[in-house]
Formats: sequence, C-alpha cells, structure tokens
Amino acid sequence: MINRLTGVLDFQAQALTLRSERQRLIASNIANADTPGYVARDFDFAQALRQATGGTQGRFRLAENAGQGLPADAGRAARPPRLNYATTAQDNLDGNTVDMNRERASSLDNALRYESTLRFISSSVKNTLDAIKPYNQ
Amino acid sequence: MSMFRIFDVAGSAVSAQSQRLNVVASNLANADTVAGPDGEAYKARQVVFRTVLMGAREQPEGAAGVEVSTIRESDAPGRRVHDPENPSADADGYVTYSNVNPIEEMVNMISASRSYQNGIEVMNTARSLLQKTLQMGQQA
Repeated sequence: MINRLTGVLDFQAQALTLRSERQRLIASNIANADTPGYVARDFDFAQALRQATGGTQGRFRLAENAGQGLPADAGRAARPPRLNYATTAQDNLDGNTVDMNRERASSLDNALRYESTLRFISSSVKNTLDAIKPYNQ
Repeated sequence: MSMFRIFDVAGSAVSAQSQRLNVVASNLANADTVAGPDGEAYKARQVVFRTVLMGAREQPEGAAGVEVSTIRESDAPGRRVHDPENPSADADGYVTYSNVNPIEEMVNMISASRSYQNGIEVMNTARSLLQKTLQMGQQA
C-alpha cells in the first residue's frame, strides 16, 4: 500500500540520480581539460533513464506493481549508464577531446534540469501530503 | 551520493592547476638567472597532467580527477649573450641565461588560472545543487 504513495517518486528519484551522475561526469571532463590524451565522456540521458526505469514511466510502473508489494528491483542500485566518448570538433596536438564550451553548456543545462527534478519531487511530496490531510483542515 | 565526488574531482583539478601556477611562478622568477660555475643555467619546468580514476568500483571512469604526474625540464638551449665584462662570462665572453621564455610562461599562467576558475565554478555549482537537495520537500 505504501508503495502506491511513494511509487510516483521512484521515477523522479532515478532521474535525479542520473542527473547527479552526469554532473559528476561533466566535472571530470572540466577537471581534465588540460590532461594530454584525455577523452571526454558523456552518456545518453534518455537511454540511461529508460534503462534505469525499465522503459516505463513512474505511473505505469505503479499500476503494474499494484498489489504485489515492492517491485523486484526495489532498493537495488541501477546499473551505471553506458558511457560515450566524445570526438573533437577541432583536433588538439595532445589528443585531448574536451570542448570547454560544450562542457560548460552541458553543466549549466544539467544543473538546471537537476533543480527542476528536485522541484518535481518537492511538489509531488506536497501533493501527497495534501491528499492525506484530514478533510476539515 | 555521487554528487559529493564532484568535490574530489574539482578539488584535484584545482590543486593540479595551482601546482602548475607554482611552476610558472618559479620559471618567471628564474627567467634572468645566469649559469653558475658548472655552466648549467636554470631550466624551464613544465607540469604533465595525468587522469586519476575516482569512480565507484562498478564504473571507475565515472569520475576522473587529475594529478601532476611529472615535472619535466625543458631541453632547449639557454639564451647566450656576449658580455665579456660580466663575471659569469665563459672563456669566449658569453653569458648563458636560463632557457625560460617569458611569453610562453605568461600564456601558460593565463591558461592555468582560467582552468583554476573553472574548477572553482564546478564546485560552486555542485554546492548549490547539494544545498537545494538538502531542502528537498521543504519548498514546493
């Protein structure tokens, strides 16, 4: 029963985890902007999220698991997303493929999306709280 | 929490870049040193960076920091100036200065300080994201 209340959060929680992982990857790329031979890494967010949530959105997944208790993979850490390696727009002599403009843009974009996921979770919690409030309050 | 790793990663970058700045400073400081009695003047130094994997066991390349692997000395010949009056002049009247190229060092310094700033900015972003994560559920 309780997972009906928390199930809607699962999807957003997965998204949040993946966003923080992506932020960490971008931080690694920026840190290694001057390392010879370093190849910039990133992952396909949509694909990683699909893999982490089993291809279903939170709502449908909740319906699937209704009445069966916890889903089979609850509490298990998701597999890490598959990393892709960037090629350069402009070749460097030292073989480094970090494009600082791209990384800065990704970092900004990812941070903004991380915050919006946080907002989604917050408002979803607020909705749940509103729903379980007594009628006359 | 994988977000805390960002501080390790960006911190390693900041410390590596500050080491690079240090080396640039010593190069610039020694730009005009003259060869001693052994005939060897100061040689310009340059840091070489290397990636350090800091990720979790199942995916070590998920977080990649940076460290200074070696500090290499330049093999370029020192600047030689004909100055027989100088007490450091050799038998032919030439004084050997260090092989530091100040222009190169200034460019290196600008690049290092920009990279340093990038590291700080990454940390600031991570800090504000974590702060908002701590407040999750408190504001709608």
